[in-house]
Amino acid sequence: MSDGEQAGMTLSGAAIIVQALVDQGVEVIFGYPGGAVLPIYDALFAQNNIRHILVRQEGGAVHAAEGYARSTGRPGVVLVTSGPGATNAVTGLTDALMDSIPVVCLTGQVATHMIGNDAFQEADTVGITRPCTKHNYLVKDTNDLGRVMHEAFYVATHGRPGPVVVDLPKDVCIDQGHYEKPDLDNIQHKTYHPRVDGEEDRIAEAVELIARARQPIFYTGGGLINSGPEACAALVEFVNMTGHPITSTLMGLGAFPASDHKFLGMLGMHGTYEANNAMHDCDVMICLAARFDDRVTGRLDAFSPNSKKIHVDIDPSSINKNVRADLAIVGDVGRVLQRMIECWRERGHQPDEAASKAWWTRIQQWRSRDCLSFEQGNEIIKPQYAIQRLYELTKDRDVYITTEVGQHQMWAAQFYRFEEPNRWMTSGGLGTMGYGLPAAVGVQIGHPESLVIDIAGEASFMMNIQELSTARQQGLPLKIFILNNQWMGMVRQWQELLHGSRYSESYVDALPDFIKLADSFGATGLVVDKPGDLDDAIKTMIDTDGLVIVDVRVAKEENCFPMVPSGAAHNEMILSQDQANGERPSVTDDGLALV
Amino acid sequence: MTDLSELQRKHTIAVLVDNEPGVLARVIGLFSGRGYNIESLTVAEVDVANNRSRITVVTSGNEMIIEQIKAQLDRLVPVHSVVDLTEEGPSVERELALIKVVGAAEERIESLRIADIFRARAVDSTLESFVFEVTGNSGKINAFIDLMKPLGLTEISRTGVVAIARGETSM
Ligand SMILES: Cc1ncc(C[n+]2csc(CCOP(=O)(O)OP(=O)(O)O)c2C)c(N)n1
Ligand SMILES: [Mg+2]
Repeated sequence: MSDGEQAGMTLSGAAIIVQALVDQGVEVIFGYPGGAVLPIYDALFAQNNIRHILVRQEGGAVHAAEGYARSTGRPGVVLVTSGPGATNAVTGLTDALMDSIPVVCLTGQVATHMIGNDAFQEADTVGITRPCTKHNYLVKDTNDLGRVMHEAFYVATHGRPGPVVVDLPKDVCIDQGHYEKPDLDNIQHKTYHPRVDGEEDRIAEAVELIARARQPIFYTGGGLINSGPEACAALVEFVNMTGHPITSTLMGLGAFPASDHKFLGMLGMHGTYEANNAMHDCDVMICLAARFDDRVTGRLDAFSPNSKKIHVDIDPSSINKNVRADLAIVGDVGRVLQRMIECWRERGHQPDEAASKAWWTRIQQWRSRDCLSFEQGNEIIKPQYAIQRLYELTKDRDVYITTEVGQHQMWAAQFYRFEEPNRWMTSGGLGTMGYGLPAAVGVQIGHPESLVIDIAGEASFMMNIQELSTARQQGLPLKIFILNNQWMGMVRQWQELLHGSRYSESYVDALPDFIKLADSFGATGLVVDKPGDLDDAIKTMIDTDGLVIVDVRVAKEENCFPMVPSGAAHNEMILSQDQANGERPSVTDDGLALV
Repeated sequence: MTDLSELQRKHTIAVLVDNEPGVLARVIGLFSGRGYNIESLTVAEVDVANNRSRITVVTSGNEMIIEQIKAQLDRLVPVHSVVDLTEEGPSVERELALIKVVGAAEERIESLRIADIFRARAVDSTLESFVFEVTGNSGKINAFIDLMKPLGLTEISRTGVVAIARGETSM
């Protein structure tokens, strides 16, 4: 026996799994039991270090872990059984992959000698999840468990974060094996060594480019949130030093305070007029940890045609994928920003006052279009107004917002203004309806004292509505703020604007009575349909202890503007319903083919 | 900006991977999932002690696609290194093929003569057939196959391309 082995211990596989989680500092896991994971549930039963949150469907477990991860900066952990447990987790894993959320998902598997025999509740989990995880493992020997568990956390959290699956055959969990806690601060992966420091000469070159720019813009993404609060603080510092305007993707909201006048709001399909026009007309684009998603760029060949593009990303495959970068820097955005700040200082750069003034004058003209304006009458609550009031009445609190997917999500992004990172949880890349409620469960578990609100659409809410039971069991005081337009609003909007108002299957019929529904889950239900009553409803929601569902009856056929129709360029936005009804560039067949 | 008319080029890429279960599926899944071409792909363990395999893949695409392919390969967790042999200077490419030719009389003699010119060896023979082993770059093998077609070619088995950089540097 070597020294190393003496230092370790012999445990059952299930005990090794739990011990590895404890050694990783995991406090909570989200899961659902079943035959293949019973040994692990047994090991969980025997300890008090890790809290298990029982969800009501495995998809909910992964979204909860995502919400937990995104709001705390720590990886989310999931435990599900083999077969249907694992397949139910697939949507959440894909969601986490698209949005780069660190999740470790443990899946049960049939015993090793049964793999491949179509055993009861067998699924080829590593095969199914290979394209929807950052990496996955099938553990065949109990002695490998410790190493694989720690590697899984390493891979999920280093470089561009993402979901990792560890598939655990039942016999591997039952057998005895050797476990030793590794030196977690000095883990070196055999092959995976993401680059974190950007190349110095490129950073210097970027700083020169930024200093000489006359119409620059910062375009920032979710990678800043992943990089952490220090990265966001560095962003604020650098943007302030330069005085340049900044816009953010959906995923990056909160990295830079929305109240700062330099913030132009979100860009992209439902971004602001000023952000999209500034992107279109800029001469230097500083893309920080964003990935030129098609929702952001609009028509690629018309995207920001005259700019030099600087692209900072930790993932080399994000660079030159959709848009060619003139200057690419591979590294952690926080570290790169830190170096940019130092470099800017060392060289004694000052913002070019004259150029800056001219640029801001143009931006001010775009801004003065007031592209998010809407008319709120006395009769019907406009969805925009509902979010605006929600924001005003909650902004001074310790608040976290999750959303579902649809118009309400875009209005939330437009009208809820985030001052800090990690406060905004939404499904950006995959656009998963049903994300918001379980994500809110995860957020509230991570922040028991905070106000956690799921801004929901009534259709999305129905997709993971079973998680109300999870919230009830855990006594979570979630607030579910439903913008109830009785339509799959975003689908209806596209059908109106792009498919000749043929509303095929987009009406949400036979909705439940949300008050009674709340009642049956031991929650408080509120309904509001008059603008004058909205503030009271929101205040009641905040002041009511426990789970609250607010059914906000909003204008049914309101559309979300501005909108860059699919296949259009940034400077071809539709700004209002009037414009949508009247003369506007028609959408080409190529545009129609885009999602 | 993507220019679809941009020149499609063939690239030979060598990938050194940890020889763990599923690693080939990861590479192939990457190509199919992202819609990249695979013209040929070979894989074998090359370092038993360190448990490493080498995958050689011949693919084609415009410059941006090739760059994406390499970046995507490189971020797979079990990948040690990725080298674009087409881009990194001169390299040697070889392929081996086994080719069955069935025939009699004149054609049989003619196939032997051509095999000789191509330095192909007969590795199996009956009175009515040969199996030729031919090595070279893919162009040479294609040429040999074309010539064998009228002479009774009935079956082909090819290894796909393996390649290595010329000179003293190693990946
Ligand atoms: C799982 C899933 N299925 C389908 C869609 C397509 N989709 C996008 S938005 C939307 C409608 C959402 O309706 P609702 O939740 O009521 O939100 P609203 O747009 O009305 O605010 C649909 C069906 C999706 N994003 N996710
Ligand atoms: Mg709706």
